Amino acid sequence: MLLLIDHLTRYRYDAPVRGVVQSHRLTPSLHEGQQVIDWQVTVTGGIAGGSFRDGAGDVVQGWSVKGPVSEIEVRVRGKVATTDTAGVLRGHRESVAVEAYLRDTSLTEASGGLGTLARVVEGEENRLAACHALSRAVSEAVTYVPGATASHTTAAEALEAGEGVCQDHAHILCAVARANMIPARYVSGYLLADAEGKAHQAAHAWAELFIPGLGWVGFDPANECCPDDRYVRLGSGLDAREAAPIRGSARSTGAETLDVTVAVLATQQ
Amino acid sequence: MPQFNEMYQGDQTRPPYAGLEAWMKAMPADLRIQKQAEAEALFRRIGITFAVYGEGGDPDRLIPFDMFPRVFTHSEWAKLDRGIKQRARALNAFLTDVYGRGEIIRAGRIPANLVYQNEAYERAVAGFVPPKGVYSHIVGIDIVRTGPTDFFVLEDNCRTPSGVSYMLESREMMMRMFPDLFRENRIEPVDRYHEALRRTLMSVAPAKCQGEPTVVILTPGHFNSAYYEHSFLADLMGVELVEGADLFVDGEFVYMRTTEGPKRVDVIYRRIDDAFLDPLCFRPDSMLGVPGLMDVYRSGGVSICSAPGAGVADDKAVYTYVPEMIRFYLGEEPILQNVPTWKCAGEEDLKYVLDKLPELVVKEVHGSGGYGMLVGPKSSKEEIETFRHKILKDPSNYIAQPTLSLSTTPTFVEEGVAPRHVDLRPYCLVGERIELVPGGLTRVALREGSLVVNSSQGGGVKDTWVLAE
Repeated sequence: MLLLIDHLTRYRYDAPVRGVVQSHRLTPSLHEGQQVIDWQVTVTGGIAGGSFRDGAGDVVQGWSVKGPVSEIEVRVRGKVATTDTAGVLRGHRESVAVEAYLRDTSLTEASGGLGTLARVVEGEENRLAACHALSRAVSEAVTYVPGATASHTTAAEALEAGEGVCQDHAHILCAVARANMIPARYVSGYLLADAEGKAHQAAHAWAELFIPGLGWVGFDPANECCPDDRYVRLGSGLDAREAAPIRGSARSTGAETLDVTVAVLATQQ
Repeated sequence: MPQFNEMYQGDQTRPPYAGLEAWMKAMPADLRIQKQAEAEALFRRIGITFAVYGEGGDPDRLIPFDMFPRVFTHSEWAKLDRGIKQRARALNAFLTDVYGRGEIIRAGRIPANLVYQNEAYERAVAGFVPPKGVYSHIVGIDIVRTGPTDFFVLEDNCRTPSGVSYMLESREMMMRMFPDLFRENRIEPVDRYHEALRRTLMSVAPAKCQGEPTVVILTPGHFNSAYYEHSFLADLMGVELVEGADLFVDGEFVYMRTTEGPKRVDVIYRRIDDAFLDPLCFRPDSMLGVPGLMDVYRSGGVSICSAPGAGVADDKAVYTYVPEMIRFYLGEEPILQNVPTWKCAGEEDLKYVLDKLPELVVKEVHGSGGYGMLVGPKSSKEEIETFRHKILKDPSNYIAQPTLSLSTTPTFVEEGVAPRHVDLRPYCLVGERIELVPGGLTRVALREGSLVVNSSQGGGVKDTWVLAE
């Protein structure tokens, strides 16, 4: 499938800021399931910093904007050809040891009801079957309700609430996988909203779990499936914070307002 | 328990201390008291103080200084020198490996979980090789002595070991107060440390650096207990002492604000922890770091010393594998021995430790500064039982070691001169070359019989002499 992406993030500052520095994971991963035809990231007034591929295979690009500025826009536009690999991440170059993904963060700590949820696969010897069962259990435990949680909501809190968004689904899946000693990571990317009009956000997140013999395999509890050719993968981390497409810091004392619009379209050309 | 006295064996004076015997005997009590007061006044005036975390009280408390030097012969030091450098090489080889292919883990010589699930393992720098392949540029190795030829490594400090200012100031103080001693004894100088440190830091400048590298020391600020040392080293090296807010990222590089405008920085000797270095990579709430620093670092625009992630080599559980690292990477036998260590994470070790608690020293895996540890033979039954519960709650958080009979050296006390237990922390510099100034920080447990030398637990410092050949 050919996917067109237009992703605009606008930062507005109450008072002009002296400068902005950002770290981006906004470049599609290099793997068999996706091929970049065209890709462009622009930052108003931005100076591109060093760019590199990190140990997890993500392309990281630093940006700095000299102040004073009261508004900046990060715009991502591109075209990606995707194929369905049934969620399996193939041909992705990375060097981080798989065991490093057994670690928890404050957002994915397996406290509260997560322990019980993790035990639904107790005794399941087949790793792939266990991963599917965990993903299903997460879908069933947490209903998709936009706005029910915030970016700092932990996996345990979202599970307790029983409502959340894709970030919460991915966090919970990471937490219960790691509780079963299955390496897991949070993945951020884009998703083509489906034809039935389910209003899942185009800026999306899911989880990848490690299965010996297959490698990293994506699971999307929010949509009860494995990522296919509707998905564009950007980057990964132990949680949403680490995998965030944009991490930034403004030198200011005032407040900032954020506007995000993402459009993902399928095209024939 | 027999104790090794570094000055006396029976009624014989050991040769390295011969020069101090007459000095000690000739010193009348009033002169000693006068000199001690003089030393304190000098330390107070130059502002060398040590604030203790979490204890409240006077943040500008002076660290006690003992005027009786601790002495090594040339040949004793030669062995220490080889052993310390060997260890520093192996620790750096280990770091290069575990952020690279992880050969030592593939070879089954160290368990994967101990490394990759370690809190100090920084996934963010996996696959990145710092300039010259050096992660730990200043390796502080804590060593204790138990006999004429018996030295043990207590722990390694690969991140930002502090205390070197005491090594330098103690020497300065002794030379000022007792110049004759330095004429009568041939003592190796330590005052080239700052030159060696500067050379080491400059030697790991990033590839993108053109011309003479600009070095800075990054401090968390004057509330930090080691702030004195940060400013002291910056002064000696002639480099800027900066806080996070003095640095900023612009494009591919890091700059510091100066009165003449921005100046590019090539090497940062940081004295802040990994977690606070860059809110865009680590803790988002850090106010001490520099936003975007890690992106510049990982794209080769600046060097950070010690390299982020170096702490995985000095964890107390990883420590037990250092002899294995030396064999694996260097193909050599360890020159300095580890203290035998039981890891409470293992069932058998745990059982042994719980059985022998009254005889052992138990420490937290990530602890430092002498906090949260149990010295079995010096503890009451109640203290031991309380500690037993702590261990049982979280066994993998504890390791245990036999109570070593640390050597003693003569120390000035109220009644005159008496033996007190000491340890040693030398500072090994690793850059393009490996350098070690002959000396280190000798810490002394001033309370009679005490084995805890940490300055936060009432320890003091001494000048450390290495005699020339």
